[in-house]
Amino acid sequence: MDVRAQVSMVFHLDKCIGCHTCSIACKNIWTDRRGTEYMWFNNVETKPGTGYPTQWENQDKYKGGWEVSGGTLRLKSTSKAKYLPNIFHNPTMPTMDDYYEPWTYRYQDLFNSPPGDDQPIARAVSMVTGEPMEIKAGPNWDDDLGGSPIYASNDVNLSAVTEQQRQQLNALERLVFFYFPRICNHCLNPACVASCPSGALYKRGEDGIVLINQKRCRAWRSCVSACPYKKSYYNWNTGKSEKCLLCYPRLETGQAPACFHSCVGRIRYLGVLLYDADRINEVAKLPQDKLIDGQRDLILDPFDPKVIEGAKKNGMTDEFIQFAQRSPVYKFVKVWKIALPPHLEFRTLPMLFYVPALLPVLGSTENDIYKSNTKPEDIFHKFNEMRVPMEYLANLFAAGDVNKMNYTLRKLMAVRVFKRAQTVGDIPMATALETLAQADTNEKEAEAIYRMTALPTFAQRFVIPPLAREVAIEAYKDPQEHKKEAGFGFTIEPKRGL
Amino acid sequence: MLSILAQAASGWANLDEFLFIAMPYAVIVLFLFATIRRFIGDKFTYSSYSSQFLENKHQFYVAVPWHFGIISLFLGHLIGFLVPRGVLWWNQVPLRLYIIELGALIFAVSALFGLVNAVLRRVNNSRVRIVTSRMDFIIILMLLFQVLSGMYVAVFDRWGTNWFAGVLAPWLWSLFKLNPDISAVRDLPLSVKLHIVGAFLIFAVFPFTRLVHVLVVPITYLWRLPQQVIWNRKGRTPSQQQ
Ligand code: HEM
Ligand code: SF4
Ligand code: SF4
Repeated sequence: MDVRAQVSMVFHLDKCIGCHTCSIACKNIWTDRRGTEYMWFNNVETKPGTGYPTQWENQDKYKGGWEVSGGTLRLKSTSKAKYLPNIFHNPTMPTMDDYYEPWTYRYQDLFNSPPGDDQPIARAVSMVTGEPMEIKAGPNWDDDLGGSPIYASNDVNLSAVTEQQRQQLNALERLVFFYFPRICNHCLNPACVASCPSGALYKRGEDGIVLINQKRCRAWRSCVSACPYKKSYYNWNTGKSEKCLLCYPRLETGQAPACFHSCVGRIRYLGVLLYDADRINEVAKLPQDKLIDGQRDLILDPFDPKVIEGAKKNGMTDEFIQFAQRSPVYKFVKVWKIALPPHLEFRTLPMLFYVPALLPVLGSTENDIYKSNTKPEDIFHKFNEMRVPMEYLANLFAAGDVNKMNYTLRKLMAVRVFKRAQTVGDIPMATALETLAQADTNEKEAEAIYRMTALPTFAQRFVIPPLAREVAIEAYKDPQEHKKEAGFGFTIEPKRGL
Repeated sequence: MLSILAQAASGWANLDEFLFIAMPYAVIVLFLFATIRRFIGDKFTYSSYSSQFLENKHQFYVAVPWHFGIISLFLGHLIGFLVPRGVLWWNQVPLRLYIIELGALIFAVSALFGLVNAVLRRVNNSRVRIVTSRMDFIIILMLLFQVLSGMYVAVFDRWGTNWFAGVLAPWLWSLFKLNPDISAVRDLPLSVKLHIVGAFLIFAVFPFTRLVHVLVVPITYLWRLPQQVIWNRKGRTPSQQQ
């Protein structure tokens, strides 16, 4: 057992209001430079929808992630035989047109136009070429479904959804969608790292953050193709790839990452998970229907004395382990089992988990009269008629396993029924308790889920472990000395060369 | 070397000495100094500056034929330099000579096709134009000259593979042994001399262009483990490093 720590995340989708504050917070800090305008380390997608870059989940097209062939795990996009030809022309790399061409407006024209009969306008100009352009796409073109089912029907997760369900979805589609905020998953088996010919990408040992060494990246672009979540981006200006850094300079000083900190819906949770690094490969190779349980198994119990011993052996302090024990992510993922990883079938073992959005049919109309269904049999029965089909959600978050999704949604619904009985009282408590039991939970757990979902404080949402980089440095160098030498990294301005 | 430079400057009669003794040495010194300085001082700029992201379709007809051609030609020149006798031996049989001469010509056509497309793409595509620097144009035109002069030599001054091994390789070796002997090079036709001078000029501007990407070709990928973990904490065993 090789006990390692991973700073992990949970996004609670029922709480996401789709405001994009997170995206803006991140952009203002990290991607407002030339060459990065099109990058959104954090983006918020509307689901069903095709996302950003368009159809990123379609691995027949982009060949991201891993596949198991002949008992070994292989990257879909590259190999020791293919990587060199891929360098010259990468056949599965998305281009700017798959994202969008960033633009701005010639605002000065509004002030500088000569007087005339017409209103002056600010023309859209490309942020790449500076030339006037017609805007045809953006990073959120189908936000809130963009008023049309055209995009949504191209969502690859609809593959498992029957034609009839699709039609229902289309009939109702103007009524139902949910938001899907995405950042880099800081995977345990990152495809981006494994694909880089230069070895520029790496995972940090202490906290599992996946980074790109800007001085070793040579624009071979393998990571862009290999990441199935398309969370590594190519900076066309500097000739370097860039990605979410989980705001490590903030984490190292005890602050939550910018997108977490700014989140209006407070949907985001961050904490440490301990896992067994010896078993990563074995778990990533499991058959698809065993993946969800496999990944949960990989995550270790931070209260288990053997795990604690292993953690200490790998240099974790008592204090650090206490943070792992208090991690909200551990509760969501492992104890309550209501947070699921996105597209685990890509086999990168993502460490960002989602509490799926509940989109049940809680009412029905009979003879034009609305009737609400609050009886548990009704609610659970109606699960099969959810506005977004269960198969769809399962494709997205449960590697296609409908039972896993069913379990999660039942529990989330049971917590609601229980709280409804408690606070409003229009459901008998006996019914609520029965609902809890049916959903494999109890009063105590339901109360805990409710508190962590509805009332968590800042400190409960973000249990940021002491990363203590300065202590690590102290072991081999005077920190003051180190600060002088290393600073934040660059002594020469990082700009495009000749 | 200073004395050689002074000699070279003493008149046109010594132009050959300047071009084939002084310049090669000056270029080698410049090349080493400037590439190493750039690597140490400004490693960030070591990149191939791929523009595939901005334009995907035409890029295929630039990068693939160009690199297929130029890498093969480069290896061909390297073999001629390293084992000239082997090349001469191989060329004893006319059919074998024709095979490598024709092969070289095919690689050259491929490289030329890629380069011409590179120029067209960089002129015509507005996005790619934005990421084209002055040095990009200079080096592409120099490479174009180099490929064209090479093709001229191959077609009109036969057989290149033979006299490269017989004449140029000994001269290059004499340079490396710090005992330059240009007697044979003096009598080469102008086209060959231009090709040689062009090559050294390319090496001279190499450190100041995107060509530095050739020095950082990632061969270690062939044997490295898929995952890389880096620790800030010291004192970890190698197995834990991974
Ligand atoms: C195995 C060795 C090499 C590798 C892996 C390599 C890789 C690359 C890559 C990735 C690009 C960017 C292509 C793009 O726009 O997407 C590039 C461009 C270029 N390379 Fe190489 N290269 C190699 C050898 C060479 C050699 C030997 C030369 C010439 C001496 C060369 C000259 C160029 C030039 C001139 C360009 C710019 C092409 C353009 O205008 O777009 N490369 N190379
Ligand atoms: S989400 Fe993509 S970029 Fe992030 S670690 Fe996983 S494979 Fe790498
Ligand atoms: S963690 Fe930081 S870098 Fe990553 S998406 Fe959020 S704000 Fe951006």
